[in-house]
Amino acid sequence: MNTGIVRRQHAHHFATADQEFSASKLGMWLFLVTEVLLFGGLFVGYAYGKSVYPEMWHEASKHLDWKLGALNTLFLITSSFTMVMAVNAAQRNKAGEMNGKMVGYLIATIALAGCFLVVKYFEYSHKFHDGMLPGIYYTYSGVQNANAHYFFGLYFLMTGLHGFHVVVGMILLGWVLVRATKGHFYSEYYTPVEVGGLYWHLVDLIWIYLFPLLYLVG
Amino acid sequence: MNDHAAHAHDDAHDVPFLEDGKGWKSWLFTLDHKRIGVMYLWSVLIAFAAGGVFALLLRLELMAPGKQYIEADTYNRFFTLHGAIMVFLFIIPAIPSAMGNFVLPLMLGAKDVAFPRLNLLSFWIYGIGSIMALSSIVFGGVETGWTFYTPYSTNTSGAVVMMTLSVFVLGFSSILTGLNFIVTIHKMRAPGMSFFRMPLFVWATYATSILQVMATPVLGITLLLLVAERTLGIGIFDPALGGDPVLYQHFFWFYSHPAVYIMILPGMGVISEIITVFSRKTIFGYRAIAYSSLGIAIISFLVWGHHMFLSGQSAYAGMVFSFLTFLVAIPSAIKVFNWTATLYKGSISFDAPMMWTLSFMVLFTIGGLTGLFLGALGVDVHLHDTYFVVAHFHYVMMGGTVIAFYAGLHYWWPKMFGVMYREGPAKFSAIIVFIGFNATFFTQFVLGTRGMPRRYYNYLDQYQPLHQFSTFGSWIIGLGFIVMTVNLLASFKQKVKAPANPWGARTLEWSIPSPPITHNFHKTPVVTEGPYDFPVEGQAASGAEGKHA
Amino acid sequence: MDTPNGYWMPPAASTVAQSVDDLYFVIFWLCVVFFFIVTGGVVYFAYKYRRKHPDQLATQQIGHNTLLEATWTIIPAILVIWIFVLGFRVYMDLIVAPGDSLEYQVTAKQWAWDFRDPDGCSVPGELHVPAGRPVKLTMRSDDVIHSFYIADFRVKQDVLPGRYSSVWFQADKPGTHNIQCTEYCGTSHSNMFAKVVVHTPEEFANRAQTFCKVTVGKEHGEKLYNNQCAACHTIDGNRLVGPSFKGIWGREGKMSDGSKVIVDENYIVESIRIPTAKVVEGYPPAMPAFPTLTNDDIASIIEYMKTLK
Ligand code: HEA
Ligand code: HEA
Ligand code: HEC
Ligand code: CUA
Ligand SMILES: [Cu+2]
Repeated sequence: MNTGIVRRQHAHHFATADQEFSASKLGMWLFLVTEVLLFGGLFVGYAYGKSVYPEMWHEASKHLDWKLGALNTLFLITSSFTMVMAVNAAQRNKAGEMNGKMVGYLIATIALAGCFLVVKYFEYSHKFHDGMLPGIYYTYSGVQNANAHYFFGLYFLMTGLHGFHVVVGMILLGWVLVRATKGHFYSEYYTPVEVGGLYWHLVDLIWIYLFPLLYLVG
Repeated sequence: MNDHAAHAHDDAHDVPFLEDGKGWKSWLFTLDHKRIGVMYLWSVLIAFAAGGVFALLLRLELMAPGKQYIEADTYNRFFTLHGAIMVFLFIIPAIPSAMGNFVLPLMLGAKDVAFPRLNLLSFWIYGIGSIMALSSIVFGGVETGWTFYTPYSTNTSGAVVMMTLSVFVLGFSSILTGLNFIVTIHKMRAPGMSFFRMPLFVWATYATSILQVMATPVLGITLLLLVAERTLGIGIFDPALGGDPVLYQHFFWFYSHPAVYIMILPGMGVISEIITVFSRKTIFGYRAIAYSSLGIAIISFLVWGHHMFLSGQSAYAGMVFSFLTFLVAIPSAIKVFNWTATLYKGSISFDAPMMWTLSFMVLFTIGGLTGLFLGALGVDVHLHDTYFVVAHFHYVMMGGTVIAFYAGLHYWWPKMFGVMYREGPAKFSAIIVFIGFNATFFTQFVLGTRGMPRRYYNYLDQYQPLHQFSTFGSWIIGLGFIVMTVNLLASFKQKVKAPANPWGARTLEWSIPSPPITHNFHKTPVVTEGPYDFPVEGQAASGAEGKHA
Repeated sequence: MDTPNGYWMPPAASTVAQSVDDLYFVIFWLCVVFFFIVTGGVVYFAYKYRRKHPDQLATQQIGHNTLLEATWTIIPAILVIWIFVLGFRVYMDLIVAPGDSLEYQVTAKQWAWDFRDPDGCSVPGELHVPAGRPVKLTMRSDDVIHSFYIADFRVKQDVLPGRYSSVWFQADKPGTHNIQCTEYCGTSHSNMFAKVVVHTPEEFANRAQTFCKVTVGKEHGEKLYNNQCAACHTIDGNRLVGPSFKGIWGREGKMSDGSKVIVDENYIVESIRIPTAKVVEGYPPAMPAFPTLTNDDIASIIEYMKTLK
């Protein structure tokens, strides 16, 4: 304590720092379970739509740009990798130091998430422009099929909810980044990096399911 | 590596938690699980009173066929609000969030729940959700029934979006509480507190939390889809847009059936505690009760279709759901038998908590057994959506959970507030509520069997005598609750100080003063025996101190 | 009129009612037995082992008893499985209509019922059926979900928009019974009453003279066919734009996605409302939707199709 290095004290209601760390991790895992179930509902809606209107599904899906989708997949997978590297760097860090590698990897992760959103923005604005809007606002006539609004409704719901998670993830990692620059994380305390990373992997994982299901079934 | 020296401010927290800080800020921004529990307690009590007032107004309108004093639309709003308030604002948070928050860490020998900030957040979210739910009254009211069936709910006017969003928000609060408890139970147990030394209330809360974490997100997405349907016309649930309204019912009941066990399991946990303490007996079949909670939690995910036997689902699906429904009744049966056997050769006293508990035993048994009628396909065709169903679920929810909630309230009241209430009126109110309850709802079994549909503002003349009787019964319930409320509130004036362990219980929350200090335990307890190791006649009573090293 | 079936039950006025009631009472008595086992035990123990002085302790601590616990798990398990089987058997009787049933069309809307007998005859708010013959109702809704319930017959079935559902019954004695709506459907849900009138076979046979006037039915359907469908569908088996309607009812068709379909109400409605949902193999997806046809019109067309053997 008198060396001037900030060593973190675990919260007083925990007996040890290990207990605190494993509790945080378990909490995040449980939270991820709820996230999977939340998206699970949308996947059921997807399965229903695809089984009732297989042709429409096929048709409509062709109107999504799979190249942009693939680019986004690349962004997210890479960001998962940089995230792993950030956690790794945190584990090796010494107390009280700002680790340049960790900060760099975190910035890369957030930047890749930003790229993802930019691409998504272009995709969305193109769809809006053509009238491929959800539900009653659907005006596009390019798909020769009634009920195509159904597909696009789900497309916007699924990618919209996912996009929301990306934004939340960026905020979360931004906060981790700020603390990392202050040298808060080191080999014995890096819970926020670890837990933030778990969340980010889930966001990535969900996209890995969304991409083939929405873009590639056509 | 870790600095274990006492924090300087710790001594300041060695005061009873109720006196540790004054003013509303010290409550609304507290991280103390006990204070959060107490705030939840007052909130759910207000919700119960509000839901109860709507119930009395409903019953008043049903005194006779045709219009008594309100229009059909108003009646429909009333039963929707009654159901929604009772379910989402009261019964789901009631036992876990109010009592669980207060006693769960104490029972485990922990200083707090694992994530105190999350806990406070959960309370705040509950507050916001409740305000949204009540504000829907101002924004045009909701008259869809608490089940929000499509396509009615997507086409009707009113504040359906506000109401569904509020339930969505309340769901978040429920998820966060459940998540917090699971982690607390796994990670925060005192040394020596193995899983099989945990009190059964903890086991019940554990099973409940699993359900909360796994079922509530599905409700969340269902309600989001409903909102999307209303605002954007996505069409997943609307046949006019190519969707399927029955899909909505599957989604809804996939949550709401597990939700009925979210409601009852904590109540069962409370009963397990009280029945041992007031019989001075160890619980009969500890493991059977603990495992049956988990059994219920798992099977309950597979029976949702029993609410939809007549919705047009296939006969095959009906068969599977009916079969599984019967299976899920078995773990409940095991618990009931175990409680009964616990009384055998005990030393049974009839203090107020025990009176409520005995009342629970009778009412829950009736409620559960009538579930068997509904699970039997051939009979459900006749009984579905009649007052038989209304009677069934009031027996399990009100006769089961609500009665268990008040049993627990009387049991833990001295621990929470450090004062004793008067015994006479407390017992009296339990008896009055028991009588009024049966008068109100047993009647409804007969009504339902004779073909009286539910959610009816107007009805055939032939049902009038029974309806009238039921309405009179509801006044008796109201009377009982007023006596109870006045009696409990009076204990704050009388200020009869409660001892640390008024009931002679052996779980850890009774080993510390009433009310507990902010940090719960001066020194983390070390557990050396089970929660119900009561002595027998002729054996030296080892006091509660014997538990701790 | 029918004899009331004890105090509990409404009159049992259909052929299935008695078996439902019998099952009800099997469960009822089973529950009574278990109720008395449990409350009997609770009350007896509570009295016998009541605390007589404040320091009294339990006389024995019993943690568990495997034999006892196995007994009270297995016996209820056997009993509930037995009830399940009984319940399922009764249910199958309730939902499988006999082949010789008279077929009725029922439309529910907020907040009225519309019934049409096989000849297209309808009386507002009344369902007229003959005694001693099974009657099958094919039901749909024009707006939200409703549910068709005759307490005296012990039958009930949800009525859905966009999809057909059906219910059947056979009443053996003439009389009048109440029909109620049992799925919440808005303001006048509780006033969505109707009556079912059971006639002697003779009365029923003469209904065209007494209480029935023909409005919609296969004649109406034939008119619609000539006006709207004949351009693409023949009735003599030849192919035009679309497949011929000859023998269409009940025929098994192959779809362009390889699936097989039996032509029934739901399929025909779908073909007309959402023609592209299922396209017959070997045909272009050229059929237009017909938003102007009412549900009654479609029902009439279906009645007409049934005659095209
Ligand atoms: C606390 C809530 C709660 C609980 C615990 C239960 C418990 C059960 N419920 Fe209930 N139910 C509701 C709340 C609850 N229910 C609600 C709210 C609705 C209506 C919702 C709506 O439509 O608005 C409903 C509706 C409902 C239906 C749908 C009816 C319909 O709409 O047509 C069915 C059908 O199967 C059913 C069955 C059961 C069964 C079999 C149990 C079993 O778990 C009961 C098990 C208990 C026992 C069996 C009693 C104790 C055992 C013994 C005394 C030993 C002897 C036992 C045997 C021989 C087996 N319930
Ligand atoms: C926890 C759940 C719960 C509880 C406790 C209750 C309690 C009661 N319910 Fe409720 N009920 C539901 C859940 C619940 N209900 C649900 C889910 C529905 C279905 C809704 C739908 O169809 O959508 C329903 C529907 C329902 C109906 C059917 C309406 C219809 O189908 O048309 C009726 C009719 O009798 C009814 C009556 C009552 C009565 C008389 C009580 C009484 O037991 C209430 C007793 C309480 C009080 C009397 C208030 C207590 C008073 C105080 C604490 C006093 C102190 C305060 C002050 C003095 C300020 N309820
Ligand atoms: C413009 C031409 C056209 C008109 C007019 C038309 N149809 Fe069709 N119909 C088709 C075609 C083409 C098909 C086969 C492809 C398909 O299934 O969509 C078809 C298929 C059908 C089928 C499915 C037949 C089978 O064997 O599976 C039904 C039922 C049907 N039509 C009913 C009607 C009715 C009723 C009308 C009048 C109200 C009507 N159609 C008017 C073109 C038409
Ligand atoms: Cu129609 Cu209720
Ligand atoms: Cu259920």
